[in-house]
Amino acid sequence: MGKLKKLPAIVEIEFADSTKHKAIRFRVKFSVKKGRAKFMSDTILLGTRKGTVIVERNSSRWQARPIVHQGIPVCYAARDPRDGTLWASLDHGHWGPKLSRSRDGGTTWEDVLSLKYPEGARHIIQYLPTPDFDPEAPAGEPQYKDATVYKIWSIAFGPATQPGRLYAGTIPGGLFVSDDGGDSWELNRPLWNHESRGGDLFKGEATSTTHWGGTPASIDYGVFEPGIHSIVIDPRNADHLYVAVSSAGILETKNGGKTWVGRNKGMRVDYLPDPEAEWGHDPHFVTACRDQPDHVWQQNHFGVYYSDNGAQSWNKVSLPDAGVHFGFPIAVDAQDGRTAWVVPARADSERMALDGGLFVARTSDGGQSWQSFRSGLPQENAYDIVFRHGLDVAGDCVCFGSTTGNVYLSEDRGEHWHCLGNHFPPVYSVRFG
Amino acid sequence: MPTVEMTSHLYRFFPALEQREIRVRAGSIAEVLKAVDAIAPGFSDYILDEHGALRRHVNIAINNTLVVDRSTLSDQATEDATVYIFQALSGG
Repeated sequence: MGKLKKLPAIVEIEFADSTKHKAIRFRVKFSVKKGRAKFMSDTILLGTRKGTVIVERNSSRWQARPIVHQGIPVCYAARDPRDGTLWASLDHGHWGPKLSRSRDGGTTWEDVLSLKYPEGARHIIQYLPTPDFDPEAPAGEPQYKDATVYKIWSIAFGPATQPGRLYAGTIPGGLFVSDDGGDSWELNRPLWNHESRGGDLFKGEATSTTHWGGTPASIDYGVFEPGIHSIVIDPRNADHLYVAVSSAGILETKNGGKTWVGRNKGMRVDYLPDPEAEWGHDPHFVTACRDQPDHVWQQNHFGVYYSDNGAQSWNKVSLPDAGVHFGFPIAVDAQDGRTAWVVPARADSERMALDGGLFVARTSDGGQSWQSFRSGLPQENAYDIVFRHGLDVAGDCVCFGSTTGNVYLSEDRGEHWHCLGNHFPPVYSVRFG
Repeated sequence: MPTVEMTSHLYRFFPALEQREIRVRAGSIAEVLKAVDAIAPGFSDYILDEHGALRRHVNIAINNTLVVDRSTLSDQATEDATVYIFQALSGG
């Protein structure tokens, strides 16, 4: 960055809202330390088991606003950087999944009702391999089911060149697209009809076997189906996307979703007879560097993977001896594609902090080495697990929240941490606003 | 005309339905819900999935009897019936 002399500076940004709603202002703070400009976000959105929590920095103190969507599980909450709209994915236990949005910074929210599978959308039923499961039965003759949205697992915002474009990923594995700011949604059919999941079931019988396995995240809904939890949009090219599916793998489109190809080369599934099978992978979360989009990262069930060639091939960069292997979330620096953070956990039958001590690991060399940071994090009797959307980075700020209801923030790129609260509901997602 | 009663939890999302008697034309449960949706747009989306089937954790009863047809909601609510809409008890 250039040489800035006045610091710190607070800039208020007012977003033009095309829907004529109240203008929205967000404060972002810039300062310069050791010649390097750093961005400090002033807002964090938490999606929790009991609602959406907005945590704000007031002067030097972070403070949580009263919870909204009170009592309703919120599996994802984020701010659209283009117009400041806040989005929350509500996971109603009884009333079905809903998207909720706020155009006034979180004061009022409205339901979005139209995210539904079209008539004729079907999928091959997956079966939870319980003791009474007969693998021969479904293998011999696929059984079909009309698709229903069980969970809206992820939301992604299109580039500035597509101001109304939004994406939503669901269980059972649908990618929905909106071009009107979320008022209406359409299923991406080429992905839904992909050969890797049985072909075009709108037309009739399956033409291939499905290789999309179920995710345990679907069991709460009484099914065992796959889900799309990661949607990555290339800032250079709006037609270039990746989606990650548990449990299938990563798919890429370079033509705006007309065709999709698997991008799982180099990944291994330790639980398959052929660990290098094309499908059956279990990425837990996938993300890419904003300024170097060919640098793509994933926390996988079977390790941490890094690609510096746009997911054309993956390299396992785990360091099990340092505890960096299993986990759910991963975050990458917006400017430096070699720098990423993970919150490791004990794989995979335990799924909690390693040896009772919580730490964050950071690499700045593409995963060749990892540094562990524990300062400010509990090192005794900590059993936190951080879910796949529960970690985020914005400039020098890194934040994560656990299902134990603890939220920790670092303002020096993960090296030192302080607690924003120990009594939040179980945290499902953390996103800087 | 059948009367519709429902869990008070739904009033949170549809305040238009609170503190009023809801009377609709006799017909199938699908028709009853459509009529309620006309009073409170979006209501059906809370009760039914995209195929018009009752959501897994929702129950509807006509008088003292839970509806049988959860897929197309063809059970009939007669003129003097009371239709109840509840959350299903899915845990303890």
